[in-house]
Amino acid sequence: MSVTTPTAPTATQADPVISETEIRSALSSSVRPEPPTPWDASVTFAWRAVLKIKHVPMQLFDVTAFPIMFVLLYTYLFGGALAGSPKEYLQGLLPGILVMTVSMITIYTGMGLNNDVQKGIYDRFRSLPIWRPAVLVGMMLADTARYIGASIVVLVLGVALGFRPDGGTLGVLAAVALLLVFCFAMSWIWALLGLSAQTPETVMQMAMTILFPLTFASNVFVDPSTMPGWVQAFVKVNPVTHLTDASRALMHGTDLGSSVLWVALWSIGFLVVFFPLTMRAYNRER
Amino acid sequence: MNPAELAIEVVGLRKEFGATKAVNGVDLEVRRGTVYGVLGPNGAGKTTTIRMLATLLTPTGGTAKVMGHDIVTQPQAVRRHVSLTGQLASVDDEITGRENLVLIGRLLGFDPATARTRAEELLSAFGLVEAADRLVKDYSGGMRRRLDIAASIVVTPELLFLDEPTTGLDPRSRNQVWDIVRALVAGGTTVMLCTQYLEEADQLADRIAIIDHGRVIAEGTPAELKAQVGAGSLRFRLREPEQRIDAQRVLSGVLEAPVLLESDPAVLSSHAPDTEAVTAAVDELRQAGIRVSELAYGQPSLDEVFLALTGHPADDTTEEDAA
Repeated sequence: MSVTTPTAPTATQADPVISETEIRSALSSSVRPEPPTPWDASVTFAWRAVLKIKHVPMQLFDVTAFPIMFVLLYTYLFGGALAGSPKEYLQGLLPGILVMTVSMITIYTGMGLNNDVQKGIYDRFRSLPIWRPAVLVGMMLADTARYIGASIVVLVLGVALGFRPDGGTLGVLAAVALLLVFCFAMSWIWALLGLSAQTPETVMQMAMTILFPLTFASNVFVDPSTMPGWVQAFVKVNPVTHLTDASRALMHGTDLGSSVLWVALWSIGFLVVFFPLTMRAYNRER
Repeated sequence: MNPAELAIEVVGLRKEFGATKAVNGVDLEVRRGTVYGVLGPNGAGKTTTIRMLATLLTPTGGTAKVMGHDIVTQPQAVRRHVSLTGQLASVDDEITGRENLVLIGRLLGFDPATARTRAEELLSAFGLVEAADRLVKDYSGGMRRRLDIAASIVVTPELLFLDEPTTGLDPRSRNQVWDIVRALVAGGTTVMLCTQYLEEADQLADRIAIIDHGRVIAEGTPAELKAQVGAGSLRFRLREPEQRIDAQRVLSGVLEAPVLLESDPAVLSSHAPDTEAVTAAVDELRQAGIRVSELAYGQPSLDEVFLALTGHPADDTTEEDAA
């Protein structure tokens, strides 16, 4: 047998034959189904978001590298100075770091939306007989899965470094659940930004301008009693403070006080204000 | 005309973007089961019109019914009957072709198994089986267009909007898209086709509206429009230039259009409505003993149509389509 020049055409270059009969039969076999329920449509959009992660797994960088960096940096930079030892500091810090990390990741919801909504596929989504908020709700459901991923990274790393929650598994799960509710509600702010801003960078900058004061002017890193009075006043109403209080209390099995109630109120507030505004921005003509 | 037979009924439709009147009083009637061509240059208001009819934009004024439903008061009802293939390919770049079709199937209300079956049927019918599991961003222009149209007929729509379906495609892909459109129409779908190409409208459309500056400036069957334009351009080159004045006299007697003397001393130009008129003109010249060395007869181009109807060339509108 001798080696000859390959003659087979490459499959991708071959021009397919469009057969009219095949198109006709593909047409006739479809009967229009009832439009999907809002929930089914939302889950379908969540599936779309998951597919994108599947094709570009690097998108998970922010929910893995970011949390690891945060936990390590804050534990070892501040631990010795603030609580005597990193391990001591970690007990109070970790519930707060979890809150901070996942809150920060919510920004990506807005950035992703800003990039996505410019695309031609949104014309098709808008011309389908579906519940219109499903596009955004689905995207945020998928992001909730990302938040869970980030939470697992933070918790596993924390336990490896010596974090010991006295509230047990249930307490930790309850804390994560509350965090997810809060982040889902808050991400509608970034969705609104994502739909209104010109570029993803603008979304990032504006969101950071809001999130940095919220996360740092809180009780995540230090006891607020050492702060000046006006800062304390801000820290007291800051939702991140309430969420951190609730997260610590749930994880360590201590008294919740009114923290969960405040988190619930903030979450409902975000939804009531920003869901309609976001939908108005989405429906705006472009 | 019986309104029940109309797929689209538009009266005085207007759309303003700030001070720009993108669509300025458009009236259209499209019968079910036909292809309706909307022809015009960039910025004429074609895309804006189609986006209003597909419920993506709200009109500033006028009324429009699509498949019997008002586009402003019953948009969800309209969306249940129509499908749109937009100017930007309305497919998702970051997922595969198959996933695109399953996604649309699920959003139309199919259960997962049926959505997958539909995707397979369409991939096969549109020659995309090979490429089914590749990301759409790696598709060629022709493949994207085919996927785009496939996504538009996951549920066969009663009315399909096609916005410049062949712009930027090579001739072979263009012919494939035309074949697909013909197959759809043979299957009973009404098609509204926006295009910049007279040839495309001529190939596919039963009726054509020519739009310029947001208004319909002419409407009719392709044959009617061509007749209205004064038909194709005709050019004669004579063997002997000195016979040109005689030739002009002879031709003026046969052709209804003015016969002009070109700067080339052997050339005359005119217009003729059809090839019969051309044959008659050639016969007359022969009988008069005038010998023709070259004869060119062409369909009027979009430029000529525009020039004839508006008095300005098609490409002097440089503003982008406003939506």
